[in-house]
Amino acid sequence: MTGDPLDRIAIDVQAILDGIGDPVVQQRVSLHSYLITRPTGRAVRMAIEAQLPGPGRLSVSVIDFSEVRLIDFSCADEVVAKLLLAYRREEGPDAFFVFRGIGEAQEPQVLAVLERQALAAVVQTPEGVYELVGVHSDAERAVWARMEDLGTVDADGVDRLVEVDRDEGALDRLVARGLVFRAPDSGRLHALSRLVRPAS
Amino acid sequence: MNVITVPSSFDRATIDSFLDEVHKHLGERILFDARHVRWFDPNGLLGLLVAGRMAHDAHGVPPRLELPEQADVAAYVGRMGLYSAARDIFDMDDPGRSTSSRNSDVLLEITPIGSHGDVHHVVDQVQGRASAILAQKLNYSVTAAVPFAVILSEVCQNIVEHAEASGWVAAQTYFWKQRLGRQVVVISVMDVGRGFRGSLQDEHAARYGDRWGDVTSLEAAFLHGLTRFPDSGRGQGIQQMRKQVRKWNGAISIRSGTARISQVPEWDDTPPLTDGLAPVPGALITMVLPAKDETE
Repeated sequence: MTGDPLDRIAIDVQAILDGIGDPVVQQRVSLHSYLITRPTGRAVRMAIEAQLPGPGRLSVSVIDFSEVRLIDFSCADEVVAKLLLAYRREEGPDAFFVFRGIGEAQEPQVLAVLERQALAAVVQTPEGVYELVGVHSDAERAVWARMEDLGTVDADGVDRLVEVDRDEGALDRLVARGLVFRAPDSGRLHALSRLVRPAS
Repeated sequence: MNVITVPSSFDRATIDSFLDEVHKHLGERILFDARHVRWFDPNGLLGLLVAGRMAHDAHGVPPRLELPEQADVAAYVGRMGLYSAARDIFDMDDPGRSTSSRNSDVLLEITPIGSHGDVHHVVDQVQGRASAILAQKLNYSVTAAVPFAVILSEVCQNIVEHAEASGWVAAQTYFWKQRLGRQVVVISVMDVGRGFRGSLQDEHAARYGDRWGDVTSLEAAFLHGLTRFPDSGRGQGIQQMRKQVRKWNGAISIRSGTARISQVPEWDDTPPLTDGLAPVPGALITMVLPAKDETE
């Protein structure tokens, strides 16, 4: 991200945890009732994207499906898969997403579209537990789970993750896929669950 | 005028031979004689509309339809919405007052599909009814209405996204005495569009070379999830329908062009693949979901 305006912004992630969200913007998007057909999904995704702060500013959004009674595969592809794909970057996305309220009625469709597009996502279960779902390697799961236990890891503490990371690229892939947040300035790592808790 | 007798039991077992017969007379004025029909399943009801549309398009004038004479059959097809759907296709007598399907035993009356808004309408219509019917008649879980609505949504979107023509959907539940001795739900979705071959032609035909045809295009979509869209998120609809139907031990079958491809459970003797049928426009999709055996 060298040369990006982000390099010049002091991102205090702790401030996020305290609910002081700028420049890292926290959002909650509630989705209602029947989410069916591609045009509906496309419109919902565009509405979500319209609320994001735009390129160069970091955001973490909670996409809440609690009020959704039904979602079909086409809509799940548009709302979940294409949203994740749109912000995936090798150096890490500037928009992060946590999905909430995915119950029995939505889970098969959401998991199917993640699998179809070889994606993974962080979801919060109704019990409040954060899970990594979708397509990921065992090493990615192990590092993600360790990250979830620790919450945050300073740049010089990455060794604490290496002990579970037999696949050395796993952490970088988690960052690139938007499943773990690495602060551009400090290199500090954050579990997404820690970033969204104040918005809960 | 050529008279084509509609099978007395017009359902998924008789639709192919009926459409083969219709094909022989395209370009001529046809009278569809349904006076002695005793039973229509959703495939028969929509098959009649497809046949009428084929005859209409080929000859340029509406074919004649003689309506069922048996009172209970006439009332049933009225409740299923046949008369209002047939009015634009056939030359037919006024059937008189037809009974509304509201508060009746109909799961989903014949509903035209031409836009995504129609798909929303179908899902809205079926949600309340499906929940009770699937739980009480098919012994499915109370949450089965959700995947049921999802597959309906996906199969109807197939028309909007791929057919480039309108179509219809209908669903009904009844007791399948002879074959299964169980209650079933039958869903039928048909359109008179360009079919699977036409939909996939530009994107995939070259790769198949001489093998390209109705069979290969059906296999491409049904077995391999290919679609005309380069977007890798597309093409899941049919795959997920197959998966859900298999989970319910049901059958799913698609006829398009001259071929029919099917995913059949052990109780069904439909061949997995049939070729050499008379060409039909569009796609004819049927699903049969049997009641869960209480011993299962």
